[in-house]
Amino acid sequence: ETIITLNKAKIKIWVLTGDKQETAINIAYSCNVFEDEMDGVFMIEGKDSETILQELRGKMKPESLLESDPVNIYLKKKPKRTFTMPEELPRGDYGLVINGYSLAFALEGNLELELLRTASLCKGVICCRMTPFQKAQVVELVKSMIKAAHIGVGISGQEGMQAMLNSDFAFSQFCYLQRLLLVHGRWSYNRMCKFLSYFFYKNFVFTLVHFWYAFFNGFSAQAVYDTWFITCYNLIYTSLPVLGLSLFEQDVNETWSLHFPELYIPGQHNLYFNKKEFVKCLIHGIYSSFVLFFVPMGTIYNSERSDGKDISDIQTFCLIVQTSLIWMVTVQIALKTTYWTMISHFFIWGSLGFYFCILFFLYSDGLCLMFPSIFQFLGKALSQIWLSLILSVILCVIPAFGYQFLQPLVFDRINHCKTRPPQVRVRTKLKHPSLRRSAYAFSHKQGFGALITSGKTTKTKPNKKNSFPVKKKESSDISTRIVAFQEKSISGVPSTIPLKF
Amino acid sequence: MTWSATARGAHQPDNTAFTQQRLPAWQPLLSASITLPLFFCAGLAFIGLGLGLYYSSNGIKELEYDYTGNPGTGNCSVCAAEGQGRAPPPNCSCAWYFSLPELFPGPVYLYYELTNFYQNNRRYGVSRDDAQLSGLPSALHHPVNECAPYQFSAAGLPIAPCGAIANSLFNDSFSLWHQRRPGGPYVEVPLDRAAIAWWTDYHVKFRNPPLVNGSLALAFRGTAPPPNWHRPVYELSPDPNNTGFINQDFVVWMRTAALPTFRKLYARIRQGNYTAGLPRGAYRVNITYNYPVRVFGGHKLIIFSNISWMGGKNPFLGIAYLVVGSLCILMGFVMLVVYIRYQDQNDEDDDDE
Repeated sequence: ETIITLNKAKIKIWVLTGDKQETAINIAYSCNVFEDEMDGVFMIEGKDSETILQELRGKMKPESLLESDPVNIYLKKKPKRTFTMPEELPRGDYGLVINGYSLAFALEGNLELELLRTASLCKGVICCRMTPFQKAQVVELVKSMIKAAHIGVGISGQEGMQAMLNSDFAFSQFCYLQRLLLVHGRWSYNRMCKFLSYFFYKNFVFTLVHFWYAFFNGFSAQAVYDTWFITCYNLIYTSLPVLGLSLFEQDVNETWSLHFPELYIPGQHNLYFNKKEFVKCLIHGIYSSFVLFFVPMGTIYNSERSDGKDISDIQTFCLIVQTSLIWMVTVQIALKTTYWTMISHFFIWGSLGFYFCILFFLYSDGLCLMFPSIFQFLGKALSQIWLSLILSVILCVIPAFGYQFLQPLVFDRINHCKTRPPQVRVRTKLKHPSLRRSAYAFSHKQGFGALITSGKTTKTKPNKKNSFPVKKKESSDISTRIVAFQEKSISGVPSTIPLKF
Repeated sequence: MTWSATARGAHQPDNTAFTQQRLPAWQPLLSASITLPLFFCAGLAFIGLGLGLYYSSNGIKELEYDYTGNPGTGNCSVCAAEGQGRAPPPNCSCAWYFSLPELFPGPVYLYYELTNFYQNNRRYGVSRDDAQLSGLPSALHHPVNECAPYQFSAAGLPIAPCGAIANSLFNDSFSLWHQRRPGGPYVEVPLDRAAIAWWTDYHVKFRNPPLVNGSLALAFRGTAPPPNWHRPVYELSPDPNNTGFINQDFVVWMRTAALPTFRKLYARIRQGNYTAGLPRGAYRVNITYNYPVRVFGGHKLIIFSNISWMGGKNPFLGIAYLVVGSLCILMGFVMLVVYIRYQDQNDEDDDDE
């Protein structure tokens, strides 16, 4: 069920195993890595580079033999290894099976890219009869060429603790992978994106006000804020709310996340924070800073207090801009938070209240008497401050509010999923009856021996003794432990020892 | 090594709501039934507030006169021409005659306004010593380095008050004369020069250094006035409560403005016969023209104004609230239209499935 769910989330499954081909294919069918409804399952079984090349290209897309194909052009030019695989859409669901011997050829030079490209188009890939070193090579290939974010997950099974010690996450059952990816992974991505865009936004607003002020102070780099405010802004006033957002935010609760694996897709395609989102955040920051500067400026321009004294001084201006800024970013994070726990309330409204406490404290008479040159600002709040504040906050918030309201209507995603009842999966016509799969557990084909003796599976080490590198690695409950070593017998004839499963 | 089961749940994390992300929470959804009424209400409230502010601001009367002395603008141009290129400029007076057709309701406030004067320039703004201004005797004789080049006088004495802000103190003075009957004599209107600075500035932030033998002059012994000043700081006014660092004009000037065009309070008119305002008649303002603004392309203005509950004449807030209110209502309508259209479309999609 886990693999079905992961397939719904458009996650492709590759199985790297040392099993025999039939075993691996049987297990793949039983685990739903391959399905009976798939359009085709290709076996790559060539014994040399050219055959493998033909098989890789020909079986999936005959057009790839053309000269104008981008991968072919790349291969001719042979640039550095920073080529990113272009996204190609397959014309159906396909599966790929390749065994270790062919893989040894396929992992060399030009064929690497062909292999990757073909395999990326498939829904599931089985690599059977692999040595541990080949497993590492394939993982390396996929990581570097596709450049996806990756984690290592170890599943502690009967084979021991090695995988767990080497991995980022470890748990005991394969089905927990579902929760890891679809619930926690998705939440983590969501939180990270919200955090990033909010953090950039609040710092853009904070800083770009000085750009507008520069036109009015002779470009002399006069700050619009009190120095203490600048110190405390990111450290004290706005740190806790954003921490609360990134710890507790959930856009969809866990039941729905598991129910709708399609919600995982935006994370795969980098939809929530990319260049476009960053530019949106920048534009919003510029607009907010514009409002944040010009509304207070208009308020104090040549104006006086109700007792006639002037309020067009720097201190009052700074106070208005500071307070408007804090309110503005607080309202913005309140709009972004969709999951209001008690802690979120405490962080957000508490930070705002804390700002006012610190304000009254810093601006009090006592502190100024003690340290006159540090705490220069004295005074009290005025009614025009509140009017200006309300105006600038509302003016900034209207676009964000409107956008947040219109977005689910016009670009519906999550809410539409929420309202639609879950659909029953329709099983299409069986294309490959399962009777064709072999029921034999034993291989009719050649074993590992020729592969190992060909020397293609060893890493070149400087002081190589007369033994193969011994690796113990568990990567899934399908994989097996392989111990292979070669010993020179007294007469100098190498002998192989049969493999254990 | 096999997976040995230690005590069951030994490494299991806590199953509390906090650690398992199951905290009870409020999950608001911005639905149309909340957003649209909110927009309309906010829009209406803003329009109401804007109208109130706008009419309140319109009810304030203001009378201003530019006495910079540009050629052809009145008799202060004589003073301006005389002072051209001479530092310090010579003593010169000019006058502004105006008449009020009706009562100028009080209390009336008199301001001077400067334009193109960047009190918010950074180097200028830090050029002050607040420790000195708060009356610390040690700081009196050791002004801070930010005051440079107005830190020590040519003779090597510490300048009190130091800094460029103090040095550029506004030193024009005005007096108002009222002619009750046409052809009659001009009577001086009393200008209340007290309490024009912020209360906290006057009482807390600015203090004179402790008197020496009861004399302020002795307290300032060993210091020099800023280069542009005619008199030392302890002689700014004959009133002992208004001289030294706590001189009201000085304190008002030291509160630096945020924008290059600013006005500062000079006096209130609320004593004697003028408590209710300035009655109709002819008036004359005698201006002592000292302050040179033409060198940097600035202007000097004198302004009479009265004050309402929201301050002086500033139509910006009123107009801004009106604009934002109408914008809210407009956006509310647009969103309503979009909502209805997409709601219909969504209903069609749901019906098709």
